[in-house]
Amino acid sequence: MTTTGLFLLAILALGFLITFQIAKASEYVSVLKGEKKSFEQNNKINGFLMVVFLVLGLIGVYWCNKALYHKTLMPYPSASEHGENIDTMLKITLLITGIVFFITQILLFWFAYKYQYSDKRRAFYYPHNNKLEVLWTTVPAIALCTLVGFGLYYWFKITGEAPANAMQVEITGRQFGWIYRYPGKDNVFGKKYFRMIDEADGNILGMLWKDSTMETPNGVQNLKADPTGYDDIIQTSAMYLIKDQPVKLIINSRDVIHDVGLPHFRMKMDAVPGTPTTMWFTPKYTTEEMKKITNNPNFEYEIACDQMCGNGHYSMKGLIKVVTRDEFVLWRAKQQPGYKAPTKAGDPAITEPGAQPAPAAQPADTAAAGAGAVVPKGNLVAAHK
Amino acid sequence: MSHGHAEVITTHEVHHDEHGAHHHHQSFITKYIFSQDHKIIAKQFLITGMIWAIIGGLMSVLFRLQLGYPDQTFPWLEDILGNWARGGKITPENYYALVTMHGTILVFFVLTGGLSGTFANFLIPLQCGARDMASPMMNMLSYWFFFGGSIVMLSSLFIQTGPFSGGWTAYPPLSALGDASPGSKTGMDLWITAMAMFVVSSLLGGLNYVSTVLNLRTKGMSMTRLPLTIWALFFTAVLGILSFPVLLSGFILLLFDRHAGTSFYLSDIYIAATNQALPNEGGSAILYQHLFWFLGHPEVYIILLPAMGMASEILSVNSRKPIFGYMAMVGSLFAITILAFLVWAHHMFVTGLNPFLGSVFVLLTLLIAVPSAIKVFNWLTTIWKANIKFTPGMLFALGFVSLFISGGLTGIFLGNSTLDIHLHDTYFVIAHFHIVMGVSAFFGMFAGIYHWFPKMYGRFMNNTMAYIHFWGTLIGAYLIFWPMHYEGLAGMPRRYLDYSNWSSFNQFADLNRFISTVAMIVFALQLLFVFNFFYSIWKGRKVTTLNPWDATTLEWTTPIHPGHGNWEGEIPEVHRWAYDYSKDGRDFIPQTEPIGPNESKH
Repeated sequence: MTTTGLFLLAILALGFLITFQIAKASEYVSVLKGEKKSFEQNNKINGFLMVVFLVLGLIGVYWCNKALYHKTLMPYPSASEHGENIDTMLKITLLITGIVFFITQILLFWFAYKYQYSDKRRAFYYPHNNKLEVLWTTVPAIALCTLVGFGLYYWFKITGEAPANAMQVEITGRQFGWIYRYPGKDNVFGKKYFRMIDEADGNILGMLWKDSTMETPNGVQNLKADPTGYDDIIQTSAMYLIKDQPVKLIINSRDVIHDVGLPHFRMKMDAVPGTPTTMWFTPKYTTEEMKKITNNPNFEYEIACDQMCGNGHYSMKGLIKVVTRDEFVLWRAKQQPGYKAPTKAGDPAITEPGAQPAPAAQPADTAAAGAGAVVPKGNLVAAHK
Repeated sequence: MSHGHAEVITTHEVHHDEHGAHHHHQSFITKYIFSQDHKIIAKQFLITGMIWAIIGGLMSVLFRLQLGYPDQTFPWLEDILGNWARGGKITPENYYALVTMHGTILVFFVLTGGLSGTFANFLIPLQCGARDMASPMMNMLSYWFFFGGSIVMLSSLFIQTGPFSGGWTAYPPLSALGDASPGSKTGMDLWITAMAMFVVSSLLGGLNYVSTVLNLRTKGMSMTRLPLTIWALFFTAVLGILSFPVLLSGFILLLFDRHAGTSFYLSDIYIAATNQALPNEGGSAILYQHLFWFLGHPEVYIILLPAMGMASEILSVNSRKPIFGYMAMVGSLFAITILAFLVWAHHMFVTGLNPFLGSVFVLLTLLIAVPSAIKVFNWLTTIWKANIKFTPGMLFALGFVSLFISGGLTGIFLGNSTLDIHLHDTYFVIAHFHIVMGVSAFFGMFAGIYHWFPKMYGRFMNNTMAYIHFWGTLIGAYLIFWPMHYEGLAGMPRRYLDYSNWSSFNQFADLNRFISTVAMIVFALQLLFVFNFFYSIWKGRKVTTLNPWDATTLEWTTPIHPGHGNWEGEIPEVHRWAYDYSKDGRDFIPQTEPIGPNESKH
């Protein structure tokens, strides 16, 4: 490999040398020919290359599209309803910008070719024309207003409140993976606090599974166990979602900023430590159906971290399995609550979880509010907006 | 200061030919190193910027090697890079260090320092008709702060824990916590120090540019007679002065979070590497992003406006036509400057920003497309019915317009929050900003270098090498960045060093290899340019006339080798705007020529 490197270097040096010699020689030639003549020749060549570049460029655009279009997500339907809106918006934008692109590029290179220097002509003294300038202020303004209008219509649809029947799943980023949490049978997320995180003990989210007292920079804190968290399902292998059932993701991060990127659903939202975010969408196709649609037997809905999060960023992959409702019920029945699995902390006295005194109403101790505590379903919209 | 004035008087009297420089009584140190001559300082910025561009470009070659050939090892890389490429493969931490440094270097040290520093310094006094900057001393300090920042940034490459590696935007908490990433240890302190010095440099320079343009214009040079280059450089300086301090404040808070135990940006953090919850509570990581992008977005225009100004000027000169719609061009520069401050949050649509606030930023962002469109159509009209001379400068100016159109239009995708949800932080973004502010700003810079090289060094650069450089770079830039849009439309995230484990993104292995190959060729072509530049300083064809491009502006009324002070004797008086080309049957009328009795009005 070292020899190959040297070889490449030698070729490069030789290439430079040859180019340099040609460049120097052409300078001498132009002196011999006379500056005017060599200028005219060079000008003709460059003018001609302008139109060559235009033609080859347009062919290249076509060819590139042909070679790469099928590798993008565009040939397949989006896997969420929001994604369909985004695809429509993409097409509208592509159409408008595409027209402008072709007109302006063709004019640019065509003018450059057509109006190249000639001894016989003089340039047209044309310093301004108010009508023209007003025209190309207002036309782009109108076109852009159209795009803003469509864009915001879809934007508010997508970022609007999740439907009341939306399933809720919490997703937490950490260096370098994802943790998924379901509220369990009581449909209420138990409270958590980041100082309770204990990897060795299996409490990877810092669930308030036991009473504890700790010294913090804000003084001594008495944390009470939250029984609503005893049945929460905590998973790291995959997030299961139900086809045609809206889902609202509550997004957290344990350390640095991550991002839940879902290319097939066309969704994306940052995971910010200390500031929970949300996004909702409705999956349209199960993973199995997508395998057929994309003609790819290995298809998976991958969660890609889209925010630089450290040296393992490129490997921070999550998985979503979209299944039918029946399959989901089956999967969920098999899940063990996170509380039981690692327990060393005395007996999990699961007193009836239904007796929840509205955990959101009782303000979580000091600064843990909002950040650590995840409130139950009914209050989610208010709490996370 | 009195020394500076004495210098002004003596230099321009003594310097007539380039040999005079060597026998001058001024010492080498005061003339070439701690010089207060704006022209020397411009060259210092230019050459430092070029060295940075080579380093930053080489970094991109190295990480493109990894992206193009993720499964191969290159033992010779270990010979060159040592620990950075253990076993012939660039390690993840060094991949991220390379990506981060590439971004920082190119955005700040090349396209801000190198571009504005060079052309604002060189052109403002020459085209306004001033002997030097308002404060030559501050101007000199501006360069030396830039140089100092450069040394600190460069030194961070050589420390044990490596340079900063959290992306050029340096978002906390990643950039605040050494335990989250080794690059965020000492490397980040050096990064912040270097950037702070850079900000100081930028402010010293910017204040000088603004006060020179406002106060030191020659007799008759009203603001509306200024060439568009000066308008563009003026607005650039205003942008920098108003936004860089905000960036610095953001960095200082970050420094406090790193070392003083504050919680401006930090809250609810548990570090797995040390199995520790951090004491910080109540900070907002998003606050930093607001402070950063309050500079970060104007920064895009700090990079782009000088290129726009120079392209306008060069297009007009070589079209032998006035720039079309001069006042509209100034107005659109002004509109861009104002709007540049009102769009920063479009970088943050998916951070959990309030959707209503997001919608305001969508509107303001897409508004910027209106002045941009005006500029494009005015450039097109400028070359319509022209008589074009394809000098190397002109070629690059035309290339600039093409790239600005291509990259500008994709901005309409990303500025629309709906589409940004899908395209944010994918290769679509990489393609967009590399075309619109990377390559096109470079094209503006190249256009400026080729066009003003005769004024800088009294010689021409070699045309043949320039043509190869132009066509190769234009074709190469499109080959590299055009297909990246498709990767973005597949949702392929940026800042990954290996996609082979992703079933959603591994279909582009061939394309990545292709892009890497082209990137290396294009890099080699830039070395050809660098060679042409340095070769021509000493061996280029000599300039024999005062005004080789037959231009109207003032810099071409100075001697071929202007001394410190620029003009011998009186500074010429200006009687007209800078764009009287092909008027009243004359090829061009210099700005210094009084309006004739029968002259038509424009």
